Parts: sequence; C-alpha cells; structure tokens
Amino acid sequence: MATELAHTSPPETWSPIFGRLTWDWIPYHEPILVGTFAAIALGGLAVLILMTKFRLWGPFWHDWVTTIDHKKIGIMYMALGFIMFVRGFADAIMMRAQQAMAAGGAEGYLPPHHFDQVFTAHGVIMIFFVAMAFITGIMNYVMPLQIGARDVAFPFLNNFSFWMTVAGAILVNLSLFIGEFARVGWLAFPPLSGASFSTGPGMDYYLWSLQIAGIGTTLSGINMVATILKMRAPGMRLFDMPIFAWTTLCTNFLIVAAFPVLTATLTMLTLDRYIGTHFFTNDMGGNAMMYVNLIWIWGHPEVYILILPIFGVFSEIVATFSGKPIFGYKTMVWATACIMVLSFVVWLHHFFTMGSGASVNAFFGITTMIIAVPTGVKVFNWIFTMYKGSVRMETPMLWTIGFIVTFTIGGMTGVLLAVPPVDFQLHNTLFLIAHFHNVIIGGVVFGVYAAVSYWWPKAFGFKLDDTWMRRSFWLWFVGFYFAFMPLYALGLMGVTRRMNAYMDTAWQIYFIVAAFGAVLILGGIACGFIGGFVSVVNRKKLACGPDPWNARTLDWATQSPVAPYNFPEDVQVTGRDMFWKMKEQGFKWSGHFHDIHMPKGTSSGIVLAAMATVFGFAMIWYMWWLAIISFIGCVAYGIAHTFNYDRDFYIPAKDVEANEAKDALA
Amino acid sequence: MKTLLQTVLLAVAAAALSGCQFDVLHPAGWVGAQQRDLLVISTLLMLIVIIPVLFMAVYFPLKYRADREDKSDYEPEFAHSNKLEAIVWGGPIVIILVLGWLTWVYTHKLDPYRPLDVAAEPIEVEAVSLDWKWLFIYPQYGIASVNELAIPEGRPVNFRLTSSTVMNTFSVPALGGMIYSMAGMETKLHLIADETGTFAGRSAHYSGPGFSWMTFDTLSMEEGDFDAWVEKARADGAELTRASYLELEKPTIAEPVHFYASVTDGLFDRIRGMCVEEGQICMDQMMMIDEQGGGGLDGIALEPLFEYDEKRAVDGFGNLLPSSEESAQNFSDIDDAYLLAMLKSDPDLLCRTTPEQTNGY
Amino acid sequence: MTMIDTPITGPIKGPEGPEHHPDHHEHHAHHASPTPIGFWIYLMSDCIIFGTLFATYAVLGNGFAGGPGPKDLFEPGFVFIETAFLLFSSITFGMGMLRADKGDVSGLLRWLGITAVFGLLFIGMELYEFRHLIHIGAGPDRSAFLSSFFLLVGTHGLHVTFGLVWMATLAAQLKWKGGLNEANSRRLGTLSMFWHFLDLIWIGVFSFVYLVRLI
Repeated sequence: MATELAHTSPPETWSPIFGRLTWDWIPYHEPILVGTFAAIALGGLAVLILMTKFRLWGPFWHDWVTTIDHKKIGIMYMALGFIMFVRGFADAIMMRAQQAMAAGGAEGYLPPHHFDQVFTAHGVIMIFFVAMAFITGIMNYVMPLQIGARDVAFPFLNNFSFWMTVAGAILVNLSLFIGEFARVGWLAFPPLSGASFSTGPGMDYYLWSLQIAGIGTTLSGINMVATILKMRAPGMRLFDMPIFAWTTLCTNFLIVAAFPVLTATLTMLTLDRYIGTHFFTNDMGGNAMMYVNLIWIWGHPEVYILILPIFGVFSEIVATFSGKPIFGYKTMVWATACIMVLSFVVWLHHFFTMGSGASVNAFFGITTMIIAVPTGVKVFNWIFTMYKGSVRMETPMLWTIGFIVTFTIGGMTGVLLAVPPVDFQLHNTLFLIAHFHNVIIGGVVFGVYAAVSYWWPKAFGFKLDDTWMRRSFWLWFVGFYFAFMPLYALGLMGVTRRMNAYMDTAWQIYFIVAAFGAVLILGGIACGFIGGFVSVVNRKKLACGPDPWNARTLDWATQSPVAPYNFPEDVQVTGRDMFWKMKEQGFKWSGHFHDIHMPKGTSSGIVLAAMATVFGFAMIWYMWWLAIISFIGCVAYGIAHTFNYDRDFYIPAKDVEANEAKDALA
Repeated sequence: MKTLLQTVLLAVAAAALSGCQFDVLHPAGWVGAQQRDLLVISTLLMLIVIIPVLFMAVYFPLKYRADREDKSDYEPEFAHSNKLEAIVWGGPIVIILVLGWLTWVYTHKLDPYRPLDVAAEPIEVEAVSLDWKWLFIYPQYGIASVNELAIPEGRPVNFRLTSSTVMNTFSVPALGGMIYSMAGMETKLHLIADETGTFAGRSAHYSGPGFSWMTFDTLSMEEGDFDAWVEKARADGAELTRASYLELEKPTIAEPVHFYASVTDGLFDRIRGMCVEEGQICMDQMMMIDEQGGGGLDGIALEPLFEYDEKRAVDGFGNLLPSSEESAQNFSDIDDAYLLAMLKSDPDLLCRTTPEQTNGY
Repeated sequence: MTMIDTPITGPIKGPEGPEHHPDHHEHHAHHASPTPIGFWIYLMSDCIIFGTLFATYAVLGNGFAGGPGPKDLFEPGFVFIETAFLLFSSITFGMGMLRADKGDVSGLLRWLGITAVFGLLFIGMELYEFRHLIHIGAGPDRSAFLSSFFLLVGTHGLHVTFGLVWMATLAAQLKWKGGLNEANSRRLGTLSMFWHFLDLIWIGVFSFVYLVRLI
C-alpha cells in the first residue's frame, strides 16, 4: 500500500557490561560518517604528533587546561566555539545541499534518518556550543578587565564551567561515531522526543550533553553576576560601568533565572525516558503542552542571553571608532534592563498556533512588540553615536554597520511574526528560519567576528590581517543575503522547515540560491581562518601597543597581551569611559608595586568534567555500573577538592615591576 | 564567478515571474486574505522606522568618516540630547501602539476558533494526523478520506483536529493559518475557499521519519463537483471501523490517497480520547474519574486501561516496535463491578459509594 | 605615591598605598568575599528549579490516570513528624552557629551532629514513604500526579542528602583542617544558608503538596 519502511534500527538489547551498546550502533556503513571520522582521526593524530614533537604537552596542561585565569578561559571558550562552529556549519552545508537536490521526487543524498539528525544537531550545536561558547568567552575575557578586576569572583568555578561545557560538546560529537543523535528538532518537543517515539540513544545524547553543559552555564552565570556585583575596581559605581559590562550583568541574570527552568524541564523528559514517568506523555495524565511552555520559558530568554552581550560589544566598538562616548548611556542601560525583564513575558509567541484564546495570543503578541521599542532605541543610539563623530572604518566597524543593517531587517520580520494572525501563516515556515538566522547571524555571528577583531590585539598584542578580515566580512555579508533572502520567499510560499524532500520543483531554484549563499558564507569562514593564520605568521609586522584603537574603557589600560594580574595596581575609578579620562590626564602607573595575590591553577575542573563525560556516556548507553562508578568518583573527587586549602600565591612586586618596565620600553 | 552569478540571477528572476506560487501573498480564501492584508499593513507600518534607520546606518558612517575634509562638525563629547532621545523612544512607541491595536483587533477577528460570518452552511471536517498521513472524516456525509481534502468553494469549513501520536500542524497556506493537532486533545480551525483549485496542504510541524511526505491536496470544488467527489468516495471506499482505523493508524510513509465509504459513529471522539482500542478508557472518562479524586488504591492495577504511548513505539526509521505491554483486554485480577464502573465511568457506580469497592480511608 | 604625573582637574586618587595595606600585600582589601552573594545567587537559581517543579505539580497534580490520589496515599501524621524533624534540624543548626560565633568548635560539631541525625531521620522517613508507595504500585510511573510528586519531593530529598554529605565533609574539615579558620567559617555560613533554604522549601512542599491536598 504505502512505501515500505526499508531500514530498521539495531535491536534493543542489553548486556551488563556494555549496556545497550553493540557493534550495530557503529555507523561503519555510512560513508559520510566514516569519512568524517577518518578526517578527524588523522587531524587529531597530526595534532598529537606535533604537540609531542614540540614538547607542548607540559605548557598546554599548565598554562591552559588547569588555568583559572579568566583571560585564558575566555580564549579557550572562543576556541571551543570556533571548533563547534565548523561542525555546526558542516551540518548547515549538508542541509542546504540536500534541499537543493531533493525536489520533485528526487531523494537527495541524505535519507530522513540522517537528515533529521543533521538539523537537530545543527540547532543544538549552534545555540549551545557555538553561540553560548562565544558569548561566554567574550564575557570572560573582557568583563573583568572592563571593571578593573584581577579575575572573576570564583576562578576555579570558571575553569570547571568551561570544562563542563566541553564535556557536553564531546558527548554531542561522540554521537556521530557511536550510535546516533536525536531526530527531534533543536527543542525536542515531546511526545516525539519521549520514550516511545524517539527510541534509541540519540535523544539521550541530547539530554545528557545539554544537562552537563547546562551545569557549566549556570555556574558561569552565577560567577559573573557575583563578579560584577563584588569585584569592581574601587570607586566604580554600577553606572560607571561600560555598556558591555552592563549587558554582561543582564545576560547573566537571565542565565541564572532561565537555565534552571531548562534543567528542570530536561530532567523531567529524562525521567520520562528512563523510569517511565508521565510528565509529557500522551497518556496517564501527562501534558506535552507543558513541555512546550517550559522549554520556551527558558528558550526565549535564551535568545536574549545570546544577543545582549553582543549589543554590548557593538556599543563598545561604535563608541571607540566614532571617537565619542556612547550616545544615551543611561537610555542604553535601561533599554537593556527592559529587554531583560520583558524577555520573560513573551514565550508564548513561539506557539500561537497551539490554540490559546485570542486574548492570550494578542497579549503575548503585544508584549513581544513592546520589546522592539528598547531594541529600536539601542539601534538609534548606535546610529547617533556615529552622528557628529569621527568614524574610522576599521574591520570591527564594518561588522557593526553590517550588523545594524541586517539586524534591523531581522527585527522587522520578527515583529511581523509577533502578530498572531500573520504568524498563523508563517509559523514553522522557512520565513521563520530566515528571520532567526537574520538576527542570530546578523547579530551574534557578526558580533562575534566584530568582537574578535576588536579585542584580538588586546589578547595577543598584534592586529588581525586587515585584507583577509575584510574579505571575510564581505563574503559573510553578501553570503548571508544570498542564503536567507530565498528562504523568506519560500516562507511566503508556505514552505515548511525541516523537510527532507519536496515535490514542488518551482521551489528548487530558491534552495539552490540559498545553497550558493551558504557557499559564500563558507568562503567568509575560510577567509576568517586564513586571516587568523596569516596574522599569526606576520605577528611581528602587525604588532601594536596596548591601545591600538584609541579606546575608551578600562580593558585597554592593560598591557597587550594582558599580564596575568591584569592591572599592576588598583585603578581608582571616577566615572564612565575611565580609560579615556586617564589618557586625557596623562595617566601612568606609579611604578611602585606590591605583591599581587593570585589564585592557583588546578586540575580539578578537567578531572571532574572528564568523569561527568563518562557518567553521561554510561547513562546514554545504560552501562549502569560505569554510571555508578563515575558518579561516585565525581562526588568523591569534588569532596577531596575541598580539602585543598592551598589555593593562592603571590606574584612578587619585583616581577610586576619587571613586567611593567618591559612594556614601557616597547 | 561572474557568469555563475548571472545564471543565478536570471534563474531567480525567472522563478519570481513564473506565476503566483506565493500562497501566503495570493491566498484563495477570506482568512488567508485577511492575514495577508495584516502582513502587508504591518510591514508598511514598520518601514516608516526601518527605512530611515537603514539610511542613517549607512549614511552617517560615510558622512562622519574620520578622513573627511571639514571636521568642524565633530563633537567628541556629544552623547546626550533630550530631543533626540524623545524621538528615539517616541517613534517606536507610536508605531508599536498602532501595531498593538491592529494586533488586538485582528487577533480576535481571525481567532482560528471563531466560526466565520458567512451565510452558507458550513461543512464539518474532522482531521486526524496519523503517522505519517492525514485522515479527514466528513461527519455530515459519513465518509472519510486519507491524504486528500475536498471542500466546496464558498462554504465555510469547520475543522476539529486531533492526532494519533505526536504533534503535527495542519497547514493549507492558500486558505489561511495553521493550527496544531495533538493527541488526546482537540483543536479547532475555521477556513474558507473563495476560489476553486488545488492547493497544497501538509503537516507543518516536524513529526518523525515520514514527515516530509505528510502532504495532501486540498481540492476546492464547485458544489456539484464536491457532491460527485463524495459519491466517488462512497463508491470506492472501504469501511472505516474501529478495527480498520487501528490498521490505518500504524505508521506508513507516503500513503496514497484512498477513501472510506462509511465511518463508525463517534470515531473521531474515540480517536481524540485515545480509546479506539477495545477496553481502553477514554480521556474524557479518565478526566471525569480524576475529577472525582482518582480511582483510589484499586485504580493502581487498572494501569493498562490507560496506557497508550508504549504500544505505539517506533524505531528510528518509523517501524512499529513489538509491544511488551499487556493488553487491556484480558484483564481479570480486578473486581468486575469496579472495572465496569470505571469503564462506564458512571459517577454513582464509581464514586466510592459502596464501601466494599473502595478503600475505607 | 600618586599614579598621576599631571593631575589636570578633579583629584584622581592614587592606587591604595601601603598605608591601607599594613601587611604590605595587595589583598583585595576593598572586596568583601564574593562567596555569600555568589551562594545566594545560586540559591535563587535553585529556587527557580523548585518553582518549576511546584508549577509542574500544580499542572499535573490532578492527573491521577484513574489511579490513587493524595487522600489515598498521604498520611498526615507521618508527614507532620517528618516535617518536625527537618524544622528541628534547622533550630539545632542555629544552635551550632551560636557556638561557632563563640569560637567553640567542639560545641559546633556536637550541634552539627544532632542536626545530621534529624536530617537523616527526615531522609529515612522520606525513603520509607517512597518505598511504600512504589511497593503498592503507586510509583512515579503510575500517573502524572505521582510523577510530579516524586520529582518535587525527591529533588528536595536529594538536596537534603547533599546537605548531609556537605555537613559530614565540613565537620571533618572543622576537626582536622584548621577549625574555624576563614575558609571553614565561610563554608559554615553557606551551609547554614543552604540548610535553612531547604527548610523553607520544605514548608512549601508540606503545605502545597500534602496539607492542601488533604483538606
């Protein structure tokens, strides 16, 4: 009668040692995965050999893995973000290729079973392990410097948070080669993601990787709020902080308030899958709609968690390169705070089509539009910062203009989707896909590139190669419009998201154009990496002083690269744009330094995270013995860690002096 | 590179001109038309702000570039202006006020649950999303169809929707907005076709391996053609009983169109109640029992009567998995009278009125 | 001693010199420990987890699926004693804190011991209740009501268990790792916050999960 269901999943079996893991779960018959595995294995091997050859293991362990220095942790977050970005983008290219091919009865090259994993992985990776890693990295690096602090409030916790995020990322990537990933979409709505309709380990990879990474994110949120509230330089009032520090504060408030909801919700789904509870099942009183509500009560604040720090980044850049203070500082702060609060009362706009009453839908539609007001104010403020300024079109500024233009368009389509009757037509169509890529690429991704090109000289002491970074920008910018404008058009034809194949051949040309755009973006990414490489090679030529952009905030008062202690002595802050004031007043360090109290590195973070990875893996594959051992190991190691009271040391004053003198010579 | 670009641009132009496939912009029904109007009005309204913003975002950095000749207008301390701030806040607020008002009015007017104000007699359709196909039941005609929806032009269509397992979205963009279908629940949708034609319909919410092929044609016909279609269904179709529904419900991908000449009474209500199977307790009954404080300690053993999901478990490719659950039908270790009371969910029988059937707390 | 060579306008204070740091080390003298506020923020986020679970219980609390409801399962007297144990443990912890204020480590350890006994009794009773429910077939897989009940009460129980492990660890540290030194006092303070927080949550559980449903 209907198409035969040709393939079957490996049978459900269980053995005491390997749980439900059998050879059948190793996808050696899938050429794409085998190829990927071979490439990663070879690449990994090459890295191992090179590191051994150049004796880099020691420094890698001491200076990076065990570090509690917020700057190095920040850089590691960025590295994690870029690695996962490559993975997530590979997924994107695969989807674009599949949809460009699979029209009018053609099947393309990805069967649904694979395609469905690809779009799920793309969403999960891009949000949790790319965007989150990037913004956490930038906040980690920049915020303590901007508030004149030595480090974050809880340096060890910071290291632990990072490695927990890595643990989650490792689990997601393991699913490529051992078993499978979830086939549910990035938010995993039940009942589809429940025990009955997502059998196999894929969905469990999703749950455990997000839970483990989520612990890291929540702790990092707590850490940063405490840092801003307690570690500011003497004299710095909250309203003296740079805008980026403000957006960091608001974002981390959102993390602390929203991520617990995600934790609780995923726990319930996990219990549904593992012990047969009935939170979100169809039967026995379960309520799948509750999941949709809960996940979006986290999910909507989440998008503001991603975008607020980026607003901060652009605020810093636009002020610096316009040679003016940010226009309407207080307005900017209040707009951020408004967005923070409002982001909790709009979640229902993600499912107007669930059949809530007209008044409920209208209420959530209107609250959503209200968010457009503070956001619009921010855009105006950036524009008026340039007004009557002296605008230097360096790469960070290029990304900023690209952002304002792109984000504004994305904002407009977002408000359209907030009108319930319009959303009834466009919900779940490619119009929606185009909208959120418009704001996430135009916002977060452009923002990350801007931030990297802006703070790179601070982190490494030399600028990025201008030519390659400009190429990267233009390819990204043009590529974005090629990739997503066709999706708007397709959305207006009523084309649904997440389709593996479609019959209407008239759509195909739009998908082909979109795929072409994705190739342009690939070029943009490649140029970015080449630019990074070229810059490292030419670092002597590109070397610059501590303040290459003539910036305004305290982060630029440090050396480039920043010394481990950040500031040789405390800065007495007397107002906004403190570094600008200091420069006007011809500031110099006293030269009369003291021993500096610093926290010590520790391997506890990575050990705990490694055990958490093993625990997650064991839970995914039902290897109960291993789960019990690794869990007990985690707890025991955590307790043992608290018996170590020797956690700090002093950098002697003469070392500080020597280090600062070096800078004075240069 | 250049030729490639030209080819692409030509192709885009060709595609854009090749007739109206923009269902959302050229709908064939009143609901869709209203939604399109709102889309256009909202867009124009927002462009009042968006266009100046885009203009300034590009113009200011060019006009105030650092290497301009006359830098006399550079004001390095200019960071605040009450006048500008008033515009900055006021402009968006006014737009959002207007848009908010429009939203309120239109959301109520186009509430999918609100019957349409059309004089013609409405046609009732009960739509069920199955794995991975659509079942449409026509209670007024006693027929049903799979993966084909026929409606008479100019008559409002009142949909009741539910789902057999996972969540789907019923979507016919040419007619108007979509709505979710969810198991154990009922949603409503009211649409109308003002033109005849064949419109694409599909599930617009990802629902598993067969999702991409979960499509159906919506045939909007003249009244006479519709009657002929009904007759064809009556002539060609099999019977849709509880047993044949359970067969139909099993997962398939790209199910061809077929018809049912008759439909068992109340089948949709049973599907929505997740109790098509013999011996299952319907959702409504369960909720009634729960309303009265649940089934007591005796109710613990009645678990299989309420179970639904596990029997429908599928693997990653959509194959039904063998169920380990005991069937609700051979159920003997419980007091017959109590079981009967449960099944009938008769409050008088059930509600602990007789002490021996309850637990005496 | 000033960091400005050419003070232009308003006075910028120099870095805090040795006069503020008699020990000649540059401590973060102006920063009080961030631990209390950090821990407080953690508690607030934990509070949101519990809030989510309470909301879940509110939504699913009537989903008995034809199975037993609160009146069939909960024993007011039992829960009342359970609650009393936890409340007492908060009082005894407070007594311990009073000893700590006086610098009396052994007194503190004694009170912590009593607190732990009450905590263990509480956990014991909770486990007994869970075991009983699962035994009669009213486990978390019987209905949505029971799922949400087990999760909410169980999450609280896990927190108490964690608090007990922490208490044991801290007791060992107080005894062998320097008594009431700065680090241990800080930890004692946060554990105290944690313990009272769990008490507070339990009052919510007691009223909302048990009491209201039994009336």
